[in-house]
Amino acid sequence: MPGRAARLLLGALFAAFLLFLYGPTITIAILSFQGPDGGLTFPMNGVSTVWFTRLFQPQAVGDLGAAMRRTLALAAMVTACTVVVSLAAGMAFRRRFAGSGALFYLTLASLIVPSILVSLGIGLLFTLMEWEPAWYSSAFGAQLTWTLPFGLLIIFAVFNRFDRSWEEAARDLGATPWQGFRHVVLPIIAPGVVGIALFGFTLSFDEFARTLLTAGSGNTLPLEILGMTTTVTTPVLYALGTVSTALSFLVIGGALLGVRLLRRRRGA
Amino acid sequence: MSRWMPWLQAAPLALVLAVFLVVPMAMLVVVSFYDYDSFSLIPDFVLTNYREVFSSWVTWQTYLKTLWFAGLTWAITLLLGFWLAYFLAFVVRDPTWRMLLFVLTTVPFWTSNLIRMIAWIPFLGRNGILNNTLIGLGAIDRPLEFLLFSDFAVILAFVHLYTLFMVVPVFNTMMRIDHRLLEAARDAGAGFWQTLWCVILPLCKPGIGIGSIFVVVLVMGDFATVRLMSGGQSASVGLMISNQIGLMQYPAAAANAVVLLAMVLLLVAAMLRAIDIRKEL
Repeated sequence: MPGRAARLLLGALFAAFLLFLYGPTITIAILSFQGPDGGLTFPMNGVSTVWFTRLFQPQAVGDLGAAMRRTLALAAMVTACTVVVSLAAGMAFRRRFAGSGALFYLTLASLIVPSILVSLGIGLLFTLMEWEPAWYSSAFGAQLTWTLPFGLLIIFAVFNRFDRSWEEAARDLGATPWQGFRHVVLPIIAPGVVGIALFGFTLSFDEFARTLLTAGSGNTLPLEILGMTTTVTTPVLYALGTVSTALSFLVIGGALLGVRLLRRRRGA
Repeated sequence: MSRWMPWLQAAPLALVLAVFLVVPMAMLVVVSFYDYDSFSLIPDFVLTNYREVFSSWVTWQTYLKTLWFAGLTWAITLLLGFWLAYFLAFVVRDPTWRMLLFVLTTVPFWTSNLIRMIAWIPFLGRNGILNNTLIGLGAIDRPLEFLLFSDFAVILAFVHLYTLFMVVPVFNTMMRIDHRLLEAARDAGAGFWQTLWCVILPLCKPGIGIGSIFVVVLVMGDFATVRLMSGGQSASVGLMISNQIGLMQYPAAAANAVVLLAMVLLLVAAMLRAIDIRKEL
């Protein structure tokens, strides 16, 4: 154990790191309430919500409402698919099967390949096949190559701690494999499944590199933000950042709250 | 039936990865040998795209710059991440506090990287908070120009974005260290640094390995951070590829993509050789 002075020093380092981590984000949240004549930095020139209203007027940026709906729909699709596919694969990996090693390494490789290369590869595939790229097809697949490895690694961690005797007890009592899964395994691993869903949602909601060449004609919200970084020099940019962060926290907070309520009802 | 079950359960994962990872990567390799003009791709087998990658000094510089970004970011995030994890795992005693502080370091993961980059603008700009504060304090009399749109800003943003990818795995391995080992080291007469070097560090290796892979891979493939934070003054391979895509030079972009992919895979293989992470998976 380090001495008292060293402990204090490490504490100070940690506090400074938290400030470094949160300071900028909190600052732009404040600056997004700039007055109508305010600029990109302090001082605040009055307080208003004018940048938020401007955000939803069509001339400020592209059709933001549509981009937001598209992003949420895509995130919902990716989340649902990530949960189902990685859960099924996690069940499969509990036993060794021919090709399990190769599939595992392929999943890890999916994590390592840079996002822009996945984007380019899928974009080229769709171009050469003369398929029309769209957010619900090519971008959906591109994001899955990013969310599925995370999902699989989480489900591995969950099954590592899973006591198989529960399942055996269910089988001894005459449960079919499906009944055993539905009534014994799933309730026990439910928190892990929620974790996968939250990862899937947030990774999809904020993704831009993998959607860049695969979204087709309809932009997602992160792509709108990426476009705005070069063209917009007003606090509208901050307002969009604040809205996106708030939306993301709203969904995550809502999901966590829902899980709590569900568990309380079950416990009662 | 039950004999086929694992294949049936793993099939969706295999299918998605085959269609959206294996085939697209094969596509990159194929297209990297294509010819092109300003309007279209011309199916062919030419080596010009690769020749351009390897014969241009600018391209070499871009690759070196990308490696430099990755190396520097890795060194800083490792140093910072290790001590932050150490603080959480060994200095904070109360489990509730430890959990709370750990969660605080991971919350930014749930927000957008783009917005976290944009958030530096009011800080680092010419009339930004940092410059105004320094001028107000009398430390400088002219705004510092190198803060925003520079390599400094790029590295700062990388550290800001990716340190948590180092903290989480290192913290995880530290939490699994048996505290009796530390006591044994002390009883055997080891001082703080000796315990750190001979006991804690070796046991943290798998976590350091995972964190390093994440940081290096993320930086090597980046294009947005370099574009945004350097304001177009610096280059990386990812940015070069994205620029070539913008100019519709797909075969050139594909050739760079193949070289970058080979480089990233080699780096990861080297790290896996140095550190066995299998215990962590």
